Amino acid sequence: MKHKTKSLEHIIHGIFLILGLITVGCVLLISVYLILSGLPAILEVGIADFLFGSSWEPSAAEPEYGILPFILTSIYGTAGAIIIGVPIGFLTAVYLAKMAPKKVKAVIQQAVSMLAGIPSVVYGLVGMIVLVPGIRKLFGIPDGSGLLAAIIVLAIMILPSIIKMSVTALEAVPKEFEDASLALGATPEETYFRVSVPAAKSGIAASVVLGVGRAIGEAMAVMMVAGNVPNMPDSIFQSVRFLTTAVASEMAYSVPGSLHRNALFSIALVLFLFIMLINATLNFFLKGDRTK
Amino acid sequence: MSTKRKIFRWAVRIGMGLATGITAALTLFLVGYVLIKGFPNISWELLSTSPSYISERIGILPDILNTVYIVIATLIIVIPLGVGAAIYLTEYAASKKLVGIIEYAAEALSGIPSIIYGLVGMLIFSNNMGTSLLAGALTLVIMNLPTIMRNTQESLKTVPQSYREGAFGLGAGKWRVIRTVVLPGCLDGVITGCILSVGRILGESAALLYTAGFAHVAYGFFDGLTQSGSTLTVALYVYAKERGEFGVAFAIASILMVLAFLINLSASMISKHHQRRNAA
Amino acid sequence: MKKIITLALAAIISLTALTSCGSSGKTVSTDGSTSMEKVIGALGESFMNANSGVTFTYNPTGSGTGIQAVTEGRCDIGLSSRSLKDSEKANGLTETVLAYDGIAVIVNPENPVHDLDVATIAAIYTGEITNWSEVGGNDSEIVLIGREANSGTRDGFESITDTEDACKYRQELTSTGDVITAVASNPGAIGYASVASLKDSVKALTVAGVTANEENIKNGSYVIQRPFVLVTKADTTLSETAQKFFDYATSAEANDLIIKAGVVPAT
Repeated sequence: MKHKTKSLEHIIHGIFLILGLITVGCVLLISVYLILSGLPAILEVGIADFLFGSSWEPSAAEPEYGILPFILTSIYGTAGAIIIGVPIGFLTAVYLAKMAPKKVKAVIQQAVSMLAGIPSVVYGLVGMIVLVPGIRKLFGIPDGSGLLAAIIVLAIMILPSIIKMSVTALEAVPKEFEDASLALGATPEETYFRVSVPAAKSGIAASVVLGVGRAIGEAMAVMMVAGNVPNMPDSIFQSVRFLTTAVASEMAYSVPGSLHRNALFSIALVLFLFIMLINATLNFFLKGDRTK
Repeated sequence: MSTKRKIFRWAVRIGMGLATGITAALTLFLVGYVLIKGFPNISWELLSTSPSYISERIGILPDILNTVYIVIATLIIVIPLGVGAAIYLTEYAASKKLVGIIEYAAEALSGIPSIIYGLVGMLIFSNNMGTSLLAGALTLVIMNLPTIMRNTQESLKTVPQSYREGAFGLGAGKWRVIRTVVLPGCLDGVITGCILSVGRILGESAALLYTAGFAHVAYGFFDGLTQSGSTLTVALYVYAKERGEFGVAFAIASILMVLAFLINLSASMISKHHQRRNAA
Repeated sequence: MKKIITLALAAIISLTALTSCGSSGKTVSTDGSTSMEKVIGALGESFMNANSGVTFTYNPTGSGTGIQAVTEGRCDIGLSSRSLKDSEKANGLTETVLAYDGIAVIVNPENPVHDLDVATIAAIYTGEITNWSEVGGNDSEIVLIGREANSGTRDGFESITDTEDACKYRQELTSTGDVITAVASNPGAIGYASVASLKDSVKALTVAGVTANEENIKNGSYVIQRPFVLVTKADTTLSETAQKFFDYATSAEANDLIIKAGVVPAT
């Protein structure tokens, strides 16, 4: 009898072990599939030509598969979104976490959650109807779609992640720190920015990295406002294509099994490597928070 | 107070006011814009019929049903997996290294953008079982696994260690302790995880386009799972992009926004309830 | 925990009961071109109305994916909005033209230009003509809007205007709706889109004086057009139901529906 329950316990332990390992299994599965389907085209095109080639012409008589424009666009676009989105998100977060009256805080936080709940296609649609013509008129250029429009859309889309995570980090700062600073004669503003913010810095840094991840991974909204032509991003008004949109825009029509489609999988693999790098960075910051 | 401190004070105040103002104004504009463009287009006919090409009618009933099906199918599969993984981590895992690896994997999963989920879902599921709601649901399972796992884990941590020790002391086996003491304690976390997952499923388009397809035909649950079908968000994508039907697109968008609002509300209510219970 | 499961099960059962239109064995599955949505949707719907118990499915995935699906036997009939490539024919696929779709050249309604000929359109798209004043319009730069590589519409447009790989696009958008939105919101824009999907927010140009209507597309005087193709496997016979649909779609009986969907029947 006792033996029986013991073996049952072992079986159950085994089942839970399998369930526990399932996330690891999923990550491995995704990595393996992406590597298997992404590597052939990279090898066929040549890794240097693929990564550093500046011309993407898959349907030309002599096709070229260089993804440097996509890589640079993704980097510039993400950097731009961070430059605009982080200050706004960060300052809003400090206000919400430390200074806002309770009611204001509740309303704005709920509103920010709604911002996060809008599907990305809607961002793209509103961007196309409102933002793109706006940029065209404001700068007096022939067409408003391009890198700048994409940056603005991305900056708005990453706001909720940055605000939410920074507010959580700021709220976790022990009240004693702030009380001590206030008692020493510092103004509330000085206290929050010179005491609370430094104390929450790894959480805030993590929110920025999270924003980077969101921005570099967004496809549907950007596809509609960036112009989507595989140009090198040499001006903020240039019509450009991101890594994500390169995959999304040509997937449906590329001929399966062709070098073209395989190259799209290779782009996805490159994007995946970027994301993994960002995840490792995020993990580093979060770990820093935990060990403290 | 020195001028320098005064300048700092005002700079900070203006900065915060400006930033919060921008955030609030943007949100108000986007939400208002979508609602104003969308609400006039919502009609009972739109909600209650299937689209007909012959009579040129657009109805989103199939998309509503597909959304419900895919949410149910995803949750049924992901809850046992996520809860099981969380139980392993909090109750069984002895090796810190293994826990670290599993948690790292979960973080990696939640950072992967949906377009990659769409591609991989297409390769793994759709290419083998056909483009179908089930293939879409399985893709969403991987996407939402970390959410369910993380939230269950958080709530398991709040089950006092003394409960477990008490049960062990009475001679209960580990499985029995988990069944009677641990599982009931994680209900809050599971529900919060489910609500967050539903929110994410509702907003998803890229991961479903390549895996679940976008047909608009109403089926029953089990037939529906094996057929291609679009959820509300995918239908929004199709109507806006392929058909240029912006009225319908904004109508769907406002429905989705109201749902997102209700989901946020219930999530925050549950976490409040949870906090109160833990405090008591 | 148990409660949730019971609840979920109850929900499934009630939903299943709600829409209990179970499928019988008779199905026709089609997969492919998104541009063919309207015409194939209408044909499928009337086919199902005429034959009770038959299920018709259409999976709008794109021409390339549809062709692959029929090659691998995942659907009965593939749908392509471009002619098959030689490599695809060599793979044992046959094409049957269902209908012809005109590709309209569209501009913003504010634009005074009404007519361009094919050579001028080509010159505009290859960047030789860059200002509307050169073709009788306002003094403003021409903004070229097009579709993504391999799209059926782009293939059709570029092959007829002989501008393959030479177009200097300002925007490469991924759907008809996006092209129309972009042209509608920019007075300097020019784009191309399927005649069947045009909206009032844009103006279709006449090409060398010829309007893109049914008659002109059918007699070939409106030259910018492309075929809608049904793709089948040469060496396998269709199921009885699928063959019945195929015959129906290509028969004269279906012509009215095809015309109503905005395209021109091939027969």
